[in-house]
Amino acid sequence: MTAPILYDNPGPKARRRILIGTVVGVALILGLIAYVLVKLAGNGQLEGQRWAVLFDPRSAVPQFLLDGLVATLQVAALGMVLATALGALLAIGRLSDHRWVRIPVTTIIEFFRAVPLLVIIFAVFFVGPSLGLSISAFAAVVIGLTLYNMAVIAEIVRAGILSIDKGQSEAAYGIGMRKWQVMVFILLPQAIRRMLPVLIAQLVVLLKDSSLGFIIGYFELLRSARSLVEFFRVDFGDTYSFQIYVAAALIYILVNVVLSIFARWLDKRLARSRKSPEGEALPLTVEQFSAGGGATPTL
Amino acid sequence: MDFLVENIDLFIAAFGQTLLISVLAGLLALVVGTILAAMRVSPVPPLRGLAFFYVEVFRNTPLTVVFFFIIFGLPQIDTVVSPLPGAILAVGLYTSAFVCEAIRSGINAISAGQAEAARAIGLTFSQSLREVVLPQAFRTVVPPLGNVWIAMVKNTSIAAGFFIPELSSLLPRLANAAADELIATLIGIVIAYLLITLPSAYGVSRLEKRAAILR
Repeated sequence: MTAPILYDNPGPKARRRILIGTVVGVALILGLIAYVLVKLAGNGQLEGQRWAVLFDPRSAVPQFLLDGLVATLQVAALGMVLATALGALLAIGRLSDHRWVRIPVTTIIEFFRAVPLLVIIFAVFFVGPSLGLSISAFAAVVIGLTLYNMAVIAEIVRAGILSIDKGQSEAAYGIGMRKWQVMVFILLPQAIRRMLPVLIAQLVVLLKDSSLGFIIGYFELLRSARSLVEFFRVDFGDTYSFQIYVAAALIYILVNVVLSIFARWLDKRLARSRKSPEGEALPLTVEQFSAGGGATPTL
Repeated sequence: MDFLVENIDLFIAAFGQTLLISVLAGLLALVVGTILAAMRVSPVPPLRGLAFFYVEVFRNTPLTVVFFFIIFGLPQIDTVVSPLPGAILAVGLYTSAFVCEAIRSGINAISAGQAEAARAIGLTFSQSLREVVLPQAFRTVVPPLGNVWIAMVKNTSIAAGFFIPELSSLLPRLANAAADELIATLIGIVIAYLLITLPSAYGVSRLEKRAAILR
C-alpha cells in the first residue's frame, strides 16, 4: 500500500487545507531553526572565526579530526572483516548436521546477541588484564565489535542459506559434491549475494557502534573531538567546543549516509539482476535487522 | 558468587536505573515514533519531509553522538539537561526513528482495501488513520517493535559513558575496587540484562500470537 491510498486526491477545499498545513509546517520548522540560530548567535557561536578554526591547518583541528576519522575507520574495517568471516563460519556451524557442533555454536550466537555491545567491550577491556592479558583500547573495541557482530551476521547468513531453493543443494549432491563443497561453492555464494543489502546495513551499524570506543578512551573521531575541546578549553574556554562537536557529528552522519545510500543502490541493482521474474522478497528485511543497532534473542 | 550476594544492593540499584531509562525512553520513542509515522504518510509535504529528514538523521547517527549532543551540545543553546533526563531523551529520540520505520512498514502491510473502504465511508485522513489503519498496523508490527524494544534495552548501556550509574557502568566502577571479582560482576550484569530481554522476547511472542490478525 502506498501513501496516496490513505487520502483522496485533494479537491479545492482540501488543497487549501494542505496549503495551510504546508505554510504552518514550514513556519514551525523555520521558527525552530530560527530559535536555535538566535540562541547560538546570542552566545556568539555563529562568528565566522569560530568556525574557521575547523578548516585552519595551523590550529591542528582538521588534522586531529582526520586522524580520529581514520582511527574510526580502522577499527570499523577490521571489525567488519573479522565479523563477516567469523559470522559466515558460525552460520555454517549452526546448520551443521552434527549436534556437537550445532549446540555450542548456537549457544555462542545467542549469548553474544543477548548482551549489549558495550558490556562485551567493557568485559574485554577490564576483565582481560585481570586474566593477565594486556589489552589496548583498540583491541578491546575490535574484539567487542567482532564478537557482537559476528553473532548478528551469522544469523543473517543463516537466513540467507535457508532461503535458497532446495533444488540447488539437491542438484549439487546429485552431481556428487560433498557436503562442504555444496556449502562453499553452491549455498554460501548465493546466500551472501542475496543477503548483501542486510549485511551492509549491519556493517553500517558496526561503523556507528565503533563510536563506543569513546567510552573506553580509544582515540576515535568522537574522543578526538572531546580531547580537542579539552585542549582548547585551557586557553580559550568553550570558544570552539560547539563547532568541534558539530564537525565530529557531521562527519559521522556523512560517512553513514554514504554507506546507507550505497546499500540502497546495491539493493536496487541486485533486485534488477535477480533471475526470478518479479524479484523475490528477501527472507529478512533491512528493518528487521537494523532495530537500532542490535538483534534479539530468539525464543 | 558471594561477591554478587554481598553487593546485591549495588546491582539492584543499577538494574533499576537501566529499567527506568528503558521504560521511559520506550514510551517516549513509541509516542514520537507513531507521530513521525503518521507524518510520513500524511498529505502535507513539509510534514513528510520533516519526518523523513528526522528518521534519516537519527538512523545514521551513532547513539553515542546523540548522547554527546544532548549532554555536551545542548548547554551551548542554554538548555542544560541533567544526565538522567538526558539519557532518556537521547535513547528515546534515537529509538523513535526505528519505531517510525517499523510502524510505517506495518501501515504498508495493511491491504489497500481497508484504507479504500475507510475513505469510501467518508472518513477523513486522520480518522481513517486513527480508526482503521493504525490499530491494524500496531497488530502487525508487534514483532519488529519487540525487536526495537530489546535492542533499545541493550542500547541504554551507552548511558554508562555519560554519568549514569546503570548496569554496564558497574564494570568500570568495580574494575579497581574489586579487580579479582570482575568475572562475577560480568556474570551479574549479563544475568540482569537477560532478566529484561528474555521475558520481553517471550512476552513479544505471546503478544504476537494474540494480536495477529486472522486473514
